[in-house]
Amino acid sequence: MAKGDAKARTHTTRAAPEPAFVQLLTPEGDRVEHPDYTVDFTDEEYRSLYHDLVVVRKLDAEATALQRQGELGIWASLLGQEAAQVGSGRALRTQDMAFPTYREHGVLYCRGIDPIMPLRLFRGVDQGAWDPNEFKFGMYTIVIGAQTLHATGYAMGVGKDGKVGSDDGEAVIAYFGDGATSQGDVNEAFIWASVFNAPMVFFCQNNQYAISEPLERQTRVPLYHRASGFGFPGLRVDGNDVLACYAVTRKALDDARHGQGPSLIEAYTYRMGAHTTSDDPTRYRIASEVEAWQAKDPIKRLRAFLDKQAIAGDDFFAAVDEEARVAAVDLRERVLTMPDPDPRSLFDHVYPHGSPELDQQREQFSTYMASFEGSGH
Amino acid sequence: MAETLTIGKALNTGLRRAMERDPKVLIMGEDVGKLGGVFRITDGLQKDFGDERVIDTPLAESGIIGTAVGLAIRGYRPVCEIQFDGFVYPAYDQIVSQVAKMHYRSQGKVSLPIVIRIPFGGGIGAVEHHSESPEAYFAHTAGLKVVSCSNPDDAYWMIQQSIESDDPIIFMEPKRRYWEKGQVNVDTASAPLHVSRVARTGTDATVLAYGPMVRTALDAATAAAEDGRELEVIDLRTLSPLDMGPVYESVRRTGRAIVVHEAPGNLGLGSEIAARITEECFYSLEAPVLRVTGFDTPYPAARVEEEYLPDLDRVLDAVDRSFGF
Repeated sequence: MAKGDAKARTHTTRAAPEPAFVQLLTPEGDRVEHPDYTVDFTDEEYRSLYHDLVVVRKLDAEATALQRQGELGIWASLLGQEAAQVGSGRALRTQDMAFPTYREHGVLYCRGIDPIMPLRLFRGVDQGAWDPNEFKFGMYTIVIGAQTLHATGYAMGVGKDGKVGSDDGEAVIAYFGDGATSQGDVNEAFIWASVFNAPMVFFCQNNQYAISEPLERQTRVPLYHRASGFGFPGLRVDGNDVLACYAVTRKALDDARHGQGPSLIEAYTYRMGAHTTSDDPTRYRIASEVEAWQAKDPIKRLRAFLDKQAIAGDDFFAAVDEEARVAAVDLRERVLTMPDPDPRSLFDHVYPHGSPELDQQREQFSTYMASFEGSGH
Repeated sequence: MAETLTIGKALNTGLRRAMERDPKVLIMGEDVGKLGGVFRITDGLQKDFGDERVIDTPLAESGIIGTAVGLAIRGYRPVCEIQFDGFVYPAYDQIVSQVAKMHYRSQGKVSLPIVIRIPFGGGIGAVEHHSESPEAYFAHTAGLKVVSCSNPDDAYWMIQQSIESDDPIIFMEPKRRYWEKGQVNVDTASAPLHVSRVARTGTDATVLAYGPMVRTALDAATAAAEDGRELEVIDLRTLSPLDMGPVYESVRRTGRAIVVHEAPGNLGLGSEIAARITEECFYSLEAPVLRVTGFDTPYPAARVEEEYLPDLDRVLDAVDRSFGF
């Protein structure tokens, strides 16, 4: 292909209209049918989905505020990606395992995990420190894409344990972003999962940017097309449609647990905020783009749906807002009262059964620290 | 009961014992199944334990280690083979950023009992990337343990001890010595995993080595004895953590220490060992701690590797220099 063609193609990609994807709820809040996917939620379940979206967004906003006030070292906001996370997170069955990046606060919430848990990491009092097996939710992984291999290995273990092939089989979901699809580890995970027919769902939240780099720096084909080259199905879903995200993820997980092997879901969404609180997105994207995505807001559309269908009214919406506010206040209080770790604890847990060398270093450090006592330092 | 085995066969038998003992032990790597590994260290294991436990993996080292992490979280004990030393680097991120740190960052909630076997070192006339000594990269990384065997008895026991350990362990195998034979006591382990050991007693100088260089050091000691110098040779066995107790004891007696390894000298294990000996044995030293190592070059072409690698004469030359102080 000539150089000029490549440029033209890049330009075309940027100018492309809304891509084809699985959608069950329009931005206006109208329910649309899809030949392969549907949901059959009760009214109570619809309200509960809305509840989760609102609470997750409110907690996220509180964490951003805590960072701005110096109480967190950094925060990776999920603003705009609530539907992708709540939809996929609620699609997990109890026995399923999730391997997150560092932005999956919504999935974490849907696993029933106390939202304070990851804030310890972002405040800098620990480095995650939860047990993946206790919560069926891996530790946050900051090296881009590394967790997709962990997920795949775990899924291979599920297969070896004979936990595939029935309704109570186990499935594993790996979260990652559009930038991660360029990583070798993610491509290796695709290969491993495919070759070993692992019970995996690769859930890519394409939020259009890897910090500042737009999608066309990572790919010249739609990301979900990648799956076909690895030998498993891929599809694109409206990542701002919580119903569609739930439906496609539930189906993919169930296929995996029944022995149908891996699949790739590209949740087409948008990171409304910065990459992290250290980032300034105004340097690399224009306001009109952000505004266009605001019109597709995941919460607005579900609220419109609930309203139009008379599933919920103003009293309910106000009650959810109040519940979210209380949860945020509680989160804030617990962040502010989080104790700093004992400096001597930095020597702990390097090795499962300790280390004489580190015991010695800890002792020397303690003696050194003690030498300042009473000296006014 | 003692059996005569090569180092390679001792490793193979040790792996077999570990797999028999614990059904959670898996072997994974490139060509480890039907072929039995390019050095045949896993020969026959897939035939006897099946391809669910002895896994021929896709050809991607980061994938081998990364999936081993997930398998370990699931409760398995993966033994990963990296085919050659110079091929470990694609897995370096998973080893250093994931494997090494998981226990620490989880505050002990996740252990990764993964063994990463790496045939290392030169002397086999190979093309580039097949003769390197990357052990210092791993010894420098907190959270990993690094060991190296030098003889069949250690090969047999250390591989089993490594698999039983809850630590992630980098297991460095002296590939050019795979075919050397020795007695293996298959009933009783002669030592725990993380201890160094006097391989030959002596009074005049202490020579420290590990893996393939232990044989070189022992040969040098035999030659030195003919000149009337008795060298004490210590097989370090464990590179992280180092077991320096026997080293200090020896150096305090001999007053001289020479560290031998194939890896380049700059910031190699010998640098750390020299620093520690200097701190602990300063008033016993008759001479500076000397190092006999590979040069600070990339590993050279096979036709000149014998000049690059420490050998008997370079060890003896260092002994002479030590006595020159």
